[in-house]
Amino acid sequence: MNENKAPLLEMRNIKKDFFGNQVLTDINLTLEAGQVLGLVGENGAGKSTLMKILFGAADILETGGYGGDILLDGQKVSFSSPFDAIAAGIGMVHQEFSLIPGFEAEENIVLNREPKKPNLLDEIFGDRLDTLDRKAMDEIAEKAIEKMGVSIDRHMVISSMPVGHKQFTEIARELSKEQLRLLILDEPTAVLTEREAEALLDSIRGMSARGITVIFITHRLQEILSVCDTVAVMRDGVLVEKVPAAQTNVQEITHWMMGRASSSSASGKAAKEDRRDGKDARTALKIRKLWVDMPGETVRNVNLDVREGEILGIGGLAGQGKLGIPNGIMGLYDAGGKVEFEGQEIPLNNPRKCLDSSFAFVSEDRRGVGLLLDESLEWNVAFPAMQIQNKFLKTYLGGLIKWRDEKAIREITEKYIDELKIKCTGSKQNARELSGGNQQKICLAKAFALEPRLLFVSEPTRGIDVGAKALVLNALKKFNRENGVTVVMVSSELEELRSICDRIAIVSGGKISGILPAAESVEKFGELMLSNVI
Amino acid sequence: MNKNTENKTPLNWGAMLRQASVPIMFIIICVICIPISGLSANMLINEIITRMGRNAFLILSLLIPIMAGMGLNFGMTLGAMAAEIGLILVSDWQIIGIPGMVLAAIVSVPISVLLGIFCGRILNQAKGREMITSYIMSFFVNGIYQLVVLYLMGSVIPIRHASIKLPRGYGIRNTVSLLGMRQKLDNVLAINVAGVKIPLLTFIIIGLLCLFIVWFRRTKLGQDMRAVGQDMEVARDAGINVERTRIISIVMSTVLAGLGMVIYLQNMGNIATYSAHSQIGMFCIAALLVGGASVDRASIGNVFLGVILFHTMFIVAPRAGAYITGDSMIGEYFRVFVSYAVITIALVMYETNKRRARNASGQRLAAAQKEDEEKTAGKEGEQ
Repeated sequence: MNENKAPLLEMRNIKKDFFGNQVLTDINLTLEAGQVLGLVGENGAGKSTLMKILFGAADILETGGYGGDILLDGQKVSFSSPFDAIAAGIGMVHQEFSLIPGFEAEENIVLNREPKKPNLLDEIFGDRLDTLDRKAMDEIAEKAIEKMGVSIDRHMVISSMPVGHKQFTEIARELSKEQLRLLILDEPTAVLTEREAEALLDSIRGMSARGITVIFITHRLQEILSVCDTVAVMRDGVLVEKVPAAQTNVQEITHWMMGRASSSSASGKAAKEDRRDGKDARTALKIRKLWVDMPGETVRNVNLDVREGEILGIGGLAGQGKLGIPNGIMGLYDAGGKVEFEGQEIPLNNPRKCLDSSFAFVSEDRRGVGLLLDESLEWNVAFPAMQIQNKFLKTYLGGLIKWRDEKAIREITEKYIDELKIKCTGSKQNARELSGGNQQKICLAKAFALEPRLLFVSEPTRGIDVGAKALVLNALKKFNRENGVTVVMVSSELEELRSICDRIAIVSGGKISGILPAAESVEKFGELMLSNVI
Repeated sequence: MNKNTENKTPLNWGAMLRQASVPIMFIIICVICIPISGLSANMLINEIITRMGRNAFLILSLLIPIMAGMGLNFGMTLGAMAAEIGLILVSDWQIIGIPGMVLAAIVSVPISVLLGIFCGRILNQAKGREMITSYIMSFFVNGIYQLVVLYLMGSVIPIRHASIKLPRGYGIRNTVSLLGMRQKLDNVLAINVAGVKIPLLTFIIIGLLCLFIVWFRRTKLGQDMRAVGQDMEVARDAGINVERTRIISIVMSTVLAGLGMVIYLQNMGNIATYSAHSQIGMFCIAALLVGGASVDRASIGNVFLGVILFHTMFIVAPRAGAYITGDSMIGEYFRVFVSYAVITIALVMYETNKRRARNASGQRLAAAQKEDEEKTAGKEGEQ
């Protein structure tokens, strides 16, 4: 666009760790004005963190800042808040909408930047008592929508808009900022219909022609190839590839994203002998037409059969609905459809009925749902069993009075502390005082104490260290193999699923996109994950 | 994309009816009670007009916190106390008539502002629980008010006139007469239409306040308050100072309530020193809800409809009650009972509506899935 030699944006050796946990390593990235960069990578690859650093997000500063330099037009910048980044011409459209529901699109587009008409009162009380200049607001909104190239009704109230239009309103808001030069779009097409997504891609091309640089994050690789100049692939906090979009294809990008081919096939093989074929096993759990309204993890029309005695893994990218499946069946979120266990229909939206049918659930939200944080380990382990199955109770007067059997409770707790190697000062310690990994083990112990016939485990290793991870996974496997309990395990880490599961179902776009034996190659799983991403 | 609009019309009717259910209920009660009470139309209208002039300003002061998403706010009680302190001082200074009222209002404003800032700061610590927090806080500030009025006035704050002082030498009597101010505002420009006295100046002031509110909604600050009221996080991300905006809305409410209380008390003609403010918040909130407002939405129309319906019921119900049961005390009982009942109903309805909205999203998902299935079934059929 101009003769300026320095690139619009240059990121040099960007490093970031969260309390010693390295999430970004030496990222180098250069962007020219008008360039469109496609940024892809699995969940946890570091895309979001990198964008947060660029946008001056508060949680980056609160966790000790970052290493390396960011240069805009060759000048080193350091943003202390998103407002600084906005002032420097960076705009970001987040995955979650940031819109006022009762306002019109137009009011949202100019929110807190409304043109004003001064009057007498502002001399005394300041300019917040100026009236809004509706006509000028209208003009700004109209211009921004025109710039975007997708027509939306600027007088429509946000809450009555289809999701796609909300997304476009957000983009128009960024475009209405005169200083905008770099726009970050974080999975903008996730909520769009096919036609809307097409319109958005056109609009990105238009922005690029106007000299606005776009960083486009998405899981839909086809879109990247059709609209981007350059594709950057991230994996485990490292920028593994950066190539012109014209010189690559979907298979290649998938391969870069998943990587780790050599190490994973080994782990797949090692566990192979132990795998169960289970083709002739009975179907334990039959899920038909399940929908779950879990915010951010919506499930649509899932059909799934779980075989008796197997470990079934459920994998997929974040936000595609894998967490919704166990949460919906267990009645924690509004759900519909049909679930049968051993031929008996399980009513939905009724957690108690699920527990009565010998289901147990280890939630991904261990501090919120999983534990009584301010109670002792004994209580945590025994409570559900006591409550649901009348275990660990001594009854008197023909069941009129029930007392806790403290001795039995202590015994079972100590047994699990021993078995799962839970690090604690004793069975009376409060659950809050344990580390994340040990809390997770308590959650498992709690589920084990229920002696379930079907166990749902959701993200069992999230946020715990390697040693604890192996122990948790082994405990699960042992529980499955020795007690014949059917286990359904949800995890966003494919490697972990491949290491202990018999079969793995991949969820994409709220639906099961396929079920593969765990020994199948990583690329196959990758394709399934991206197949109908929404 | 337009699929949703199809089933919108029947849904909206239901929603509208639910929203209007409280006003409709009150209209029915009034229609039944009016003939039983045996009041003449002239007398009834006179009473309603008087009470409208007395109360409307106070109720209007509730609108701004609702706009800022702070719900039905008892912060106005603090303004009412400030106005009472102003009026007590002014009547001790023996300034009467309109000048006395203006002076009392001027004295009340700084007190209202201080109390408003205090209240706003505390409510910023209790986001989402503004109603109960402000309610309890009004009791706490009532304690401070009593300390000032019962012990400090006459001992620290000079009070000269024995007529308002307690015989022991300090503290204020239970009732302070405002004879010098009684209906002074109402009588200016009062006109008589077919035997009904209309306090024109009071209504003009109320009208000005309505105009102010309409204008205020269109200012930057008003827009910011609406944004903060609907989604604090989004407003903050856009650079709006959420905390400050909320404090301003409470301060505006307490100041306006203070002015409203001066109007209210000049109409009554005396101050019940220790109880005038105690139930004013509850009655105003109840009246607003009777007018069809909800926890997060209230308009000027709700204020006037509420004043008319709520007070019509208060005028006619005791007489109707006395006629039926022979006990006139039933009126006061009814007043308090109905106020609490209305507030409870409004809160329950607010929660059920929220839950309904949540369920609706689940239903939409189920419907979308069904549609999907039908589509695929149709395709398979073709093949």
